[in-house]
Amino acid sequence: MQEGAVLELRGICKNFPGVRALQNVDFTLREGEIHALMGENGAGKSTLIKVLTGVYPKDEGTIYIRGYDGPAAIKSPQDAQEMGISTVYQEITLCPNLTVAENMYIGRTKSSLTNWKKINRDAGELLDTLGIPASPTQQLASCSIAVQQMVAIARAVDMECKVLILDEPTSSLDEQEVAKLFNLMINLKSKGVGIVFVTHFLDQVYEVCDRITVLRDGQLVGEYVIEDLPRVLLVSKMLGKELDDLDGVGKADARVGYDAGGVSVMEASQLVSTAGIKPFDFSIQKGEVNGFTGLLGSGRSECVRALFGADRAIGGTLSMNGKKVRISKPLDAMKHGIGYLPEDRKRDGIVGDLSVRDNIILALQVMKGFFRPFTRAQAEAFADEYIKLLDIKTASADTPVKSLSGGNQQKVILARWLLTNPVFLILDEPTRGIDIGTKLEIQKLVLKLAAQGKSVTFISSEIDEMLRTCSRLIVMRDRKVVGELTGDDLTQNKIMTTIAGGENP
Amino acid sequence: MTTSTKTPIQAPPQRVKTGSLLSRLTRHQIFIPIAALLILVVFNLIADPSFFTISLDHNSAGNPVLSGYLITILDNASELVILAIGMTLVTAASGGQDISVGAAIAIGGSVVLRVLCGTDSRPEVLHAPIIVAFLVCCLVSMLFGAFNGVLVAYFKIQPMVATLILFTAGRSIAAWINNNELPIISDATFGYFGNFIPGIPIPTPVFIAVVCMIVIAAVLKFTNLGLYTQSVGINAHSSRLNGIDPAFIKFITYVIMGLCVAVAGFIKVSRFSTINYSVVAKDIEMDAILAVALGGSALSGGKFNMTASILGAYVIQFLTTTLFKFNVVSSALPAYKAVVVILLVVLSAPVVRERLGILARRFSPAKPAKEVG
Amino acid sequence: MPTANIVTAGKTPRLKSRGGISDTNLLLLITISVFIAMYICAILFLGSGFLKPQTFFNILNENASLIILSCGMSIVMITGGIDISVGTLTALVCMSSAVHLDYQGGSVLTSLLLALGIGLAFGIVQGFLIAYLEIQPFIVTLAGMFFAKGMTTIVNATQFNVENEAFRALKATRLYVPGMGSVNKLGAYVPAYVEIGVVVAVVTAILLFCLLRWTRLGRNFYAVGGNTQSANMLGINVKRTKFMAYLLCGLLAGIGGFVYFLHVGSGSPSHASGAEMNAIASSIIGGTMLTGGVGNIAGTFFGVLSLSTIKNIVSSLGLDEAWWTNITVAAMICLFLVIQSVVLLRKNKSKQ
Repeated sequence: MQEGAVLELRGICKNFPGVRALQNVDFTLREGEIHALMGENGAGKSTLIKVLTGVYPKDEGTIYIRGYDGPAAIKSPQDAQEMGISTVYQEITLCPNLTVAENMYIGRTKSSLTNWKKINRDAGELLDTLGIPASPTQQLASCSIAVQQMVAIARAVDMECKVLILDEPTSSLDEQEVAKLFNLMINLKSKGVGIVFVTHFLDQVYEVCDRITVLRDGQLVGEYVIEDLPRVLLVSKMLGKELDDLDGVGKADARVGYDAGGVSVMEASQLVSTAGIKPFDFSIQKGEVNGFTGLLGSGRSECVRALFGADRAIGGTLSMNGKKVRISKPLDAMKHGIGYLPEDRKRDGIVGDLSVRDNIILALQVMKGFFRPFTRAQAEAFADEYIKLLDIKTASADTPVKSLSGGNQQKVILARWLLTNPVFLILDEPTRGIDIGTKLEIQKLVLKLAAQGKSVTFISSEIDEMLRTCSRLIVMRDRKVVGELTGDDLTQNKIMTTIAGGENP
Repeated sequence: MTTSTKTPIQAPPQRVKTGSLLSRLTRHQIFIPIAALLILVVFNLIADPSFFTISLDHNSAGNPVLSGYLITILDNASELVILAIGMTLVTAASGGQDISVGAAIAIGGSVVLRVLCGTDSRPEVLHAPIIVAFLVCCLVSMLFGAFNGVLVAYFKIQPMVATLILFTAGRSIAAWINNNELPIISDATFGYFGNFIPGIPIPTPVFIAVVCMIVIAAVLKFTNLGLYTQSVGINAHSSRLNGIDPAFIKFITYVIMGLCVAVAGFIKVSRFSTINYSVVAKDIEMDAILAVALGGSALSGGKFNMTASILGAYVIQFLTTTLFKFNVVSSALPAYKAVVVILLVVLSAPVVRERLGILARRFSPAKPAKEVG
Repeated sequence: MPTANIVTAGKTPRLKSRGGISDTNLLLLITISVFIAMYICAILFLGSGFLKPQTFFNILNENASLIILSCGMSIVMITGGIDISVGTLTALVCMSSAVHLDYQGGSVLTSLLLALGIGLAFGIVQGFLIAYLEIQPFIVTLAGMFFAKGMTTIVNATQFNVENEAFRALKATRLYVPGMGSVNKLGAYVPAYVEIGVVVAVVTAILLFCLLRWTRLGRNFYAVGGNTQSANMLGINVKRTKFMAYLLCGLLAGIGGFVYFLHVGSGSPSHASGAEMNAIASSIIGGTMLTGGVGNIAGTFFGVLSLSTIKNIVSSLGLDEAWWTNITVAAMICLFLVIQSVVLLRKNKSKQ
């Protein structure tokens, strides 16, 4: 182990069926430092943390922990706890039905009897010191999400830990609570605890962290001292593009002509949904390709979900071709000619056990009506047409869609929406987790659709992809639209600086 | 195996081919019920071939009737087949089972008697046409189905627990409908539906079951019920994003289940021209669930195969009749069936399958490796 | 009666808790209020029969085994599962013990051991299938229910009364409650009594209350039921915890079965039919949530009492056919299920 290190990971590999989530990743955490782990969605941060805490078994590599000779065998969350690694996960992993005090002590007390007086007293003291506004005897579910997250942090802090992992703990906290958390982190740091901090808020990284490790596509990009890595550079590392590299690539293709002065195919004003985004405006013309950009969690998916009716709108108005429309559920949007390819393919997109054919015809079939099913011949004709058109690689149209590769599953969902002949197609991360060839095919398809007079809204974590396809970008940060870029502003640099917060290099 | 040593390069694809053919055959949903049926047939052939004889007799009214164990199976399985249809849909859409069907049959049957007899427990003439009684029975059963459906789809209570309410109260409600009396219908035409129509030697319930099968086949062909229920059962999230209303689809499957219950209940009362609230269709929910499981549809919802479920229902009845033939008392039957259920669910449990898969993989690559070495 | 308020009662919370009362206590409060309201109604409208201590103790005598079964059910339900085999398992235990006593010349002790053994065996098998093979609890215990039902008739198909002397003596034992009693029509003082089963039931309930309240295993039941994945992340062995819940439930069904046997003194395939429904109903009425994580033995105890009181009321009203009680039980389950569902839905909504 290196001098001063409390935790060392060497050559960690982790594969999921069809995905190489981590490839040969190294990570070192030193005593008394706050170390940010950064990367876009799918970069492997969460996987790395789950390997480290024993939630997933690792395929290869070794973990060293100070105080333990040789490679540490972490097989379960219990093991990790015992070796002094305590973790606060992004989603709250406490039991809502138990009291605050009990949540802080369950699963880590040795005695087989619960001394309520003692744990209530201890918990009360701890809550007081940390300034968490909760009573130890209160049921956890009655606390706000932020307080629950603070309780999880309190639990992690209270364990005699050498390593504290905070996996996006701040997403539900307000500014004051974040400030409290940071005080706590700095306090722990001075006591020699090593802290791994995962967040997608850049400001927070620069506020408290000492070092940054960047991951991309399951691989290590590098470890940097915070002073050496300005914000814009960090964004470019995360996105995998050098700053002035590739600027303006494919611009010529992207500028497909459209009537900028015409009536908007779809227009939203001050739209708000139940998903907790700030009100936003949106409009798209016939034949236009535009996009939402921003880091993960910036609210870009929530915006398009609101447009499609996937999240219920609670304010604002929508109009199509100048006429006001009401979209309260996805079927309404579909009837108005909107298609939506969701971000989470597995959860919201495919219907895994159904055949490729049924998956392709699903949306059109629903629009056609319950009592008017397609004949077998019709369904086969549709499926075959689109399997050929999009070059979907499947054994047959009868194959369950879940047995296809990610890229081909995505094409099946694309086929589903193309079949409905939409006037406005929303594609949320259509290229995530699929091979480069398919990515290019999808980009070409988007441009072709625009040329045919369809409107497309495109979301991608990869900026050059957006640059190649979109003629207008709506930039989001912290669940709010912070800018709109068109024409000459559409450069990698400009986008990154807008995402990072208006700071120019 | 000699070919594989001579031409090792060609051997693996060959092995894969036969393997896939066999596995495709065994993986097909209909394989399990057919295999089970074959086992039962062979067992009975060995034990007593006379099991399969069918003879043409005359019943007490002097009408020709076919008799024999096979006819008994076809006849007695009718209600089960009808219930299996509904149970398959409910299972597919809601990922749980309706355990109130037996009790609901009692209600349906009781309603039929109430309409036909009025308040008179030994009516000379029927108080209403049989068709009216049947329609009222359908309506009431569908209402009770809707009750279950609302609890499951809109209150989001687990299906088995929600249907527990009717399971507990159903037979009592049935008794209450007729003031706890046991009306007996003397009208002969009413008995036609559960026994024989004069001149036709095949039991009427067989025809009713066939009609139900044709209806459900038509419904599955001419509507999107199959696609919607499966889609909702597999992935409710993406179903919603494709414009399907998952709650409504779940609800509607329970209403359909109610209709199936009504038909089954009508046959049941017609068989005896009376009803015994505590015994009628007892434990039939277990058989219906078993039929679905045997048909290879996952009890946790999703893909279903209606043909396999129906075949499963016949297999269950075959098993029941076989056990009866070997003098197993009817009250001991559940023990045997429970063992079959447990074996089925254990074998289909993901954890067990995974383990078996690992075991199989551990043994299979060992062989070619040796040959090459 | 001890309540779940022990912790909160003694201390004044430093902060006014925002959500107010916890789920467990809220549902427990509803239960106890319902029971008291019901008993008062019974006294007011149905005469003074309900005022006699013996009426109350008879409810206990009748329901001793149900209390034990319901406790087991509550534990399983707290972990988020269900066990519907307990009713027919009771019948199987009765029948086996009866046959063992009368036809095999067993003693009371060996028949008790047999009862416990059968319950434990069911608990272990069902627990293994549910916890380690991850099969749906309902399917497993449904099969268990039918297996027990069939086995009962295989053991012996008809009802018969046990003649064993020692057993009959034990069955007839009455424990008089000091200071309680009433004066009968002839003017003689009749002390109130309970059967041995009641003592067993009360002791079991208290032990289980303590188990759930103060032991690590008990708290783990709640954690697993509250959120299985979180429980795993918090360092709890989820599979073993679930297994223990079913094991306990099976064992309690064994004890409950023997108490039932002691009460009726006979073996019959129709014994305790529907007991699983009564146990589930009692648990639900007692504030145990089907979704898991919320529940209390004290509540379950009152749930049993509420259920039997309402049954008594129904039969006192002249609606003494069995089917009325079934409808009442079902209506009670339905009502409390809907209450729970509404509580849950409202909570989820307020969180958004």
